[in-house]
Amino acid sequence: MSSSVSVLLFGITRDLTGQSAVSVPFPEGGSVGDLIDQLHLDYPALASIRSLLVAVNGEYAESEQILAQNDEIALIPPVSGG
Amino acid sequence: MIAITSDPIDVSAALTYLQSDQAGAIDFFLGVVRDNTQERPVDRLEYEAYDRMAISEMQKIADEAHQRWPILRYTIIHRKGTLQIGEIAVLIGIATAHRAASFDACRYIIDTIKQTVPIWKKEVFANGETWVNAHP
Repeated sequence: MSSSVSVLLFGITRDLTGQSAVSVPFPEGGSVGDLIDQLHLDYPALASIRSLLVAVNGEYAESEQILAQNDEIALIPPVSGG
Repeated sequence: MIAITSDPIDVSAALTYLQSDQAGAIDFFLGVVRDNTQERPVDRLEYEAYDRMAISEMQKIADEAHQRWPILRYTIIHRKGTLQIGEIAVLIGIATAHRAASFDACRYIIDTIKQTVPIWKKEVFANGETWVNAHP
């Protein structure tokens, strides 16, 4: 069954997509890795970024982690605080 | 104390917070907006944070520092929004009984913030802008 998840965007990912959040079509039971693949399909410009991590509910997530529809999901491009 | 703020960072308030009768050493690291990057003149920096996660990641770093060194008090404050040349972007303050621990903890905290905390910095030049570290 297919649904969608909402993904928060920051920094360069927000500039490249022109949006601070995007809704991504996504199969239930899909993983973080699947989400990254889907985002690259929907937004090819993301491929220019050095690395992309995903945070789920405020924690860095491994690519095998399974996503739930009510998770707070964020795309984390290379950080540059300090 | 850990905070992300849009307001200028108040160093003397941080010092007051860190002082105690047991604190023989207080070490500060201040990250300040510089007027150039690799000799290219910078007009200003724009910082953006994923606030909720930035706070929790900074808390993890502070907790780890607390495990490693006998810290009496600490403060970590990061700015976001638009910062002009000379403004303080980040303040780390550590109070310990003796100086070695406060130097070491302060350095550990700023070095780790740069690696894990979801805060992003855009350098704005006269003729363009760049998200720092974003591209290969």
